Amino acid sequence: MQYQSQSVAKPYFIAAIGLFVGQILFGLIMGLQYVIGDFMFPEIPFNVARMVHTNLLIVWLLFGFMGATYYLVPEEAERELFSPLLAHLMFWIFLIAGALTVLGYLLVPYATLAELTHNELLPTMGREFLEQPTITKLGIVVVALAFLFNIGMTILKGRKTAISLVLLIGLLGLAVFFLFAFYNPDNLAKDKYYWWFVVHLWVEGVWELILGSILAFVLIKTTGVDREVIEKWLYVIIAMALITGLVGTGHHFYWIGTPEYWQWWGSIFSALEPIPFFMMTVFAFNMVNRRRRNHPNKAAVLWAMGTAVMAFLGAGVWGFMHTLAPVNYYTHGTQITAAHGHMAFYGAYVMIVLTMISYAMPMLRGREAAPSVRSQVLEMWSFWLMTVSMVFITLFLTGAGILQVYLQRFSDNPLPFMVAQDKVELFYWMREVAGVVFLIGLIVYIASFFVGSRDPEPVAGAVEPAAAA
Amino acid sequence: MSQAFTKAMARNIFYGGSVFFLLLLAALTFDTHMAWPERDNHAAITESVSQGKALWEENNCIGCHSLLGEGAYYAPELGNAFKRLGGKDGIKGFIMSRPKDGIPGRRSMPQFNFSPEELDALADFLEYVSGINTSNWPPNIQG
Repeated sequence: MQYQSQSVAKPYFIAAIGLFVGQILFGLIMGLQYVIGDFMFPEIPFNVARMVHTNLLIVWLLFGFMGATYYLVPEEAERELFSPLLAHLMFWIFLIAGALTVLGYLLVPYATLAELTHNELLPTMGREFLEQPTITKLGIVVVALAFLFNIGMTILKGRKTAISLVLLIGLLGLAVFFLFAFYNPDNLAKDKYYWWFVVHLWVEGVWELILGSILAFVLIKTTGVDREVIEKWLYVIIAMALITGLVGTGHHFYWIGTPEYWQWWGSIFSALEPIPFFMMTVFAFNMVNRRRRNHPNKAAVLWAMGTAVMAFLGAGVWGFMHTLAPVNYYTHGTQITAAHGHMAFYGAYVMIVLTMISYAMPMLRGREAAPSVRSQVLEMWSFWLMTVSMVFITLFLTGAGILQVYLQRFSDNPLPFMVAQDKVELFYWMREVAGVVFLIGLIVYIASFFVGSRDPEPVAGAVEPAAAA
Repeated sequence: MSQAFTKAMARNIFYGGSVFFLLLLAALTFDTHMAWPERDNHAAITESVSQGKALWEENNCIGCHSLLGEGAYYAPELGNAFKRLGGKDGIKGFIMSRPKDGIPGRRSMPQFNFSPEELDALADFLEYVSGINTSNWPPNIQG
């Protein structure tokens, strides 16, 4: 570790992993509720499990992004963090606010939570992914502002690199677009329209800047390729992300009371959205091929390349599959959407956070550059277990979705929703089995941190001439 | 990438492209605001509809159902529930009849114990939603 204050990243990463476990456990509960409808009813109804599942995901990814930023920015700016104290303080505020919110979901009926937190003063609750009480949302804004101030001051006083600037723009966009969460008109068409300004412009917009800059940072560190080359790629990738993704928001505006020209704007621009993800794949493989050294942390390189591939598959390919308006007319709001959501979030955002944790954690734990060989072997096992099981979760949900679309929407005698659901039960069972394998992968991942901690550093092999050329 | 294409050029494409397309999104948003009155059924938004939307949100209905295709996929689409369930009485009857302890082995909507006024508000809200012009989505009455 080059700068002492980078160590504030560690609690952020640990919290992220802890909340990740919670997310997966509730995912398994929901998965079971899909086939055993009364499982845990009425104690934990499906909507509560889902809220916990999705909100934990968002919160732990935010913990991961913040931890990644705290680790990356001092090294890029070549100076200590502006205020490590503020970073520690915000960590506890965010963790406690997050924990209280999740406890609120689990311990009282949602309507009671809305009443207790005075949702009527500024109603923002009860919309997908934005279920947090208004007071929690205000807390998120405070934490985000303090975080941005801390990071902004560090960059301002230090070296300004493309990586840290792009990261800062991404984080700034994250905070700015979150403000649309406070706009909730009675007019449902407008409510839905601006809801996407948070959801879409996060995951298909500014988060890609965060993803790109973290990936670029890890690739510089692990491959030793010239910064100029990597930063040029970064700019091109994020340029394509925003050029396609901003107007690509229109692929959510086909059927929610918006004018029909959105079917054209949305289809054309979102059909181009896979391009930046494809470039990211080419980028990562190119840089690893042109590496000037073999980094001893092979697991981190595996995560980085995995991110590039899985983000393209999940966000790019699975997104394209149902993005054209005539296709989306049939697939909108089915298990196809769920399939895409799972692989896209895992491939792009879960994996980039795990990439950064994999790269940074050894140094944060006082090692030179890499975990022991034994630990890396276990970590790579967890990579394959989680990644392959996520591929299967996605395939099974896609199978369920295609059948659902046919039975409920496309055949000559469309079946009612629940009748169609019963007919695709087998796919839900297989998804649940894949989910259990994912949990095993996650357990192996956590175990990798506790194995071979005292073993010596692995030796970095020399780059063969072919690779160095 | 070739040497002739410099980092500065890539950076300029990023800044220029982002600003241009952000402005294009803003322009399309402005035009959407102009077009909404024709499509969004705003005339139907009464006090009862507003109350219904608040109830919809405060009970996290979106955590199981989809509304105009957005939300969870655990329970039926409700954008067209007004038509599928046969009007307000059908909606109210369904919500009222949910067993408190669920149905063994099956998915079941919780019993929310709404007052008659709240049931009216929810049904009014779903009636309003069913009047939004969704370009003929969903494809059929099953949602």
